[in-house]
Amino acid sequence: MKPMDPRVSLLLSIADDEFILGYRDSEWTGIAPMLEEDVALSSMSQDEVGHARALYELAAELDGRSPDALAYGREPREYLHCQLVERPRGDWAYTMARQFLYDAADSARTQAATRSAHAPLAQVAAKILREEKYHRMHGETWMRKLAHGTQESRSRLEAALTELWPDLTGFFEPVAGEEALLRDGTWPVPMRELVVPWWAGVTAVLEEHGLPIPAGAPGCFQDPVPGGRSGRHSPAFSELLEEMTSVYRSDPGATW
Amino acid sequence: MVAPGAPIRLSPAPADSPRITRALELLQEVKDPEIPTISVLELGLIRSVSEFPDGLEVEMMPTFLGCPALDALRTQIREDLGILGRILVRVVTEEPWTTSRISEEGRRKLAQAGLAPPPVGELELNVLQPRVSCPYCHSEDTRMENPFGPTLCRAIHYCNACRQPFEGFKAI
Repeated sequence: MKPMDPRVSLLLSIADDEFILGYRDSEWTGIAPMLEEDVALSSMSQDEVGHARALYELAAELDGRSPDALAYGREPREYLHCQLVERPRGDWAYTMARQFLYDAADSARTQAATRSAHAPLAQVAAKILREEKYHRMHGETWMRKLAHGTQESRSRLEAALTELWPDLTGFFEPVAGEEALLRDGTWPVPMRELVVPWWAGVTAVLEEHGLPIPAGAPGCFQDPVPGGRSGRHSPAFSELLEEMTSVYRSDPGATW
Repeated sequence: MVAPGAPIRLSPAPADSPRITRALELLQEVKDPEIPTISVLELGLIRSVSEFPDGLEVEMMPTFLGCPALDALRTQIREDLGILGRILVRVVTEEPWTTSRISEEGRRKLAQAGLAPPPVGELELNVLQPRVSCPYCHSEDTRMENPFGPTLCRAIHYCNACRQPFEGFKAI
């Protein structure tokens, strides 16, 4: 199998993150704890899938496969999202904590993307950054609500943060070929360096609410075990993919 | 503060092109499928219209990247302008669409449809949802119920004065 164009890998890594997280968030439609949150999470999920679509279209221009074939038609090991987003949705605290931690990381990544020498990516990123403001406000609101709600909400939030923390290393794992992307300016900064602004932003919020910072300083992110960016995924992803692509696979190439 | 609305790049100018003139008239009849009082022109979705020997190219901008109306609007523009020749509709992201592109007339038409127009100014501040006035009774005594609504572009508000819920176009 010929090595993939690193620009395509980069675009797919971001698109896959948004697509898979969008899918997980959409699982709350109909069963969220409050009606307002059912609407909120469904709306944000639609945003995420929209972001994914825009990025699959950019990848398709370089790759040759159609955006739908990229979104639905790859083997599990060809998806490049981080394992963080494929984890089952858990309880409400888990979903809210994941949203908060992921959105902070995604924000650092999207800001970097606006400096890409690949103009279409920089332009889509500028649009995504505007839309994400509402997501970030939502996540930060829920960190406050859960931290200062009840004993149970606080302890569930702390447990969720502890469980999610190690998965963040996978977000900052670079795609294969990052060196080439840095050289030609397609990507402006090594992914691992984005840990620094992410860490600063996230710990500020945790400290504001008196939440313990889970063990592990940014240094522990330096040598992550290869994960999603290298196509390694958990059994949960295989199940998710099977369900998500069942309609597509029933008639690949159908137009809707 | 920049006045609402956005210039459309027209090539050539309407005075020099009956086809461009007619295209603008036809585009005014292409309405948002969810808010049928407002046209794609009034929403500021059209970035440019350019004439070619055999037809026209229209550049349009998405409101939100996930908006499902985008494909429907694109198809409708291609079909409605089809009498003018070969129509190419390109969705462009060279600049992000912002709610400041909605014209004054567009803002009035949103309110007429019971949808509060978006707050103006810096997005950072508007994400916190300043009070909007009720499109029904015009009271400022309103509260935001949910920054997320039935579509990506809408938030849900409530008027304490006339006791009606209403939707508001989100600043973006």
